[in-house]
Amino acid sequence: MDTIIESLPMLWEGLKMTLYIFAIAIVLGFLIGLIMALLRLAPVKVLNWIAKIFVDAIRGTPFIVQLFFIYFGLNSFSWVSLDNVWAGIVTVAINAGAYFAEIIRAGIQSIDKGQTEAARSLGLNQSQNMRYIILPQAFRRMLPTITNQAIISLKDTSLLSIIGVADLTQRGRVIVSATFEPFTIYLALGVMYFIIIYLLSLLSSYLERRFVLR
Amino acid sequence: MSMIQVSNLKKSFGELEVIKDISTAVEPSEVVCVIGPSGSGKSTFLRCLNRLEEISGGHVYIDGADITDPKNNINVIRQKVGMVFQHFNLFPHMTVLENLTLAPVKLGKLKQEAAEKKALGLLDKVGLGAKAKAYPGELSGGQKQRVAIARALAMDPKVMLFDEPTSALDPEMVGDVLGVMKDLAKEGMTMIVVTHEMGFAAEVADRVLFIDGGYIVEENVPNELFGNPQHVRTKAFLSKVL
Repeated sequence: MDTIIESLPMLWEGLKMTLYIFAIAIVLGFLIGLIMALLRLAPVKVLNWIAKIFVDAIRGTPFIVQLFFIYFGLNSFSWVSLDNVWAGIVTVAINAGAYFAEIIRAGIQSIDKGQTEAARSLGLNQSQNMRYIILPQAFRRMLPTITNQAIISLKDTSLLSIIGVADLTQRGRVIVSATFEPFTIYLALGVMYFIIIYLLSLLSSYLERRFVLR
Repeated sequence: MSMIQVSNLKKSFGELEVIKDISTAVEPSEVVCVIGPSGSGKSTFLRCLNRLEEISGGHVYIDGADITDPKNNINVIRQKVGMVFQHFNLFPHMTVLENLTLAPVKLGKLKQEAAEKKALGLLDKVGLGAKAKAYPGELSGGQKQRVAIARALAMDPKVMLFDEPTSALDPEMVGDVLGVMKDLAKEGMTMIVVTHEMGFAAEVADRVLFIDGGYIVEENVPNELFGNPQHVRTKAFLSKVL
């Protein structure tokens, strides 16, 4: 117990790093996903292909390989200099982006065609239709799946400890190597991740209730 | 000048030619009902008039503007053409009032306050003034369709297109919706109505088009078309529905 209390300040620093990385990566990832979904549905074949290749490439390769490719691979070029935190953020964002792209595409396609027809018949153009009619309805429908992906991405951030990012997991590993108490420390780590993820799912179900489709 | 002028309209879906050759004109304040067997192309014909379907051949002029001409902005032309759908297509994430104010406000026709005032007036007109704050999911089918009519009217269209507006309604709801449409016709709205309601067509239409096989087979004033059909296919169709 003493060990946990003594290591709390360090774990707290790690938690802050984890949340920092998660917050930036999930927002970037969502934007990537939205852009890729719109490219995938655009009436231009080349754009569809770009989006499809991106999604397939990311979904078809392991997260660790993507991380190493971006941190070690890209950094081997003289004009790239990503520190490990940003390499981590970029990897999580791109990885989440590919999954978000599929979630958002499916969400958009699930909205009845009649909605678009009604919007267009009133004189709204295609982007106004997306913005005011399709996306607001699609996002409500997607919320559970989006939360699910956000939780997976949050857990993925713990893999960034491999490239030395001082996140919650990495702090735990450092403490374990100094105290030799893996059982308590990793248990505490698990509890901390669990609490954040639980709060995340609470937020999601609150939003779902708030924006329930009437 | 005609409000709507259709010349040699053609529409194919791939190999399937749905509209083969249709020409007609609709004058201001005229009410035209379109009848015909299912699959005859009557809904497709209507949907070509505001280019919800891309036109394969021929021309459609709305208030003088050729909607197939790429120089004409279709979004601007559509503001003049209200459309009411069989399945209402109300926006379920918005209140009834928001359904009515969205287009006029976002398209810069009216300020929010003026749009709401106008919307409330239209809702009163269709007998749903009390439902402004309700969501579409809380309304009956007949109420939804009346909201959909009000939503189209909120843009001050010059023409209203109705695509089987009562086909998805329970029988006891049909009367209210037809009532609203009759009022509109009396006020001088130019209307094209694809319908299976022969009673409505007989009572309200200035002219009835019988479409079958991608052509207008016969058109006439309702008394003549229903009472004295000339074409054998018109006779066959009417004998089944009347």
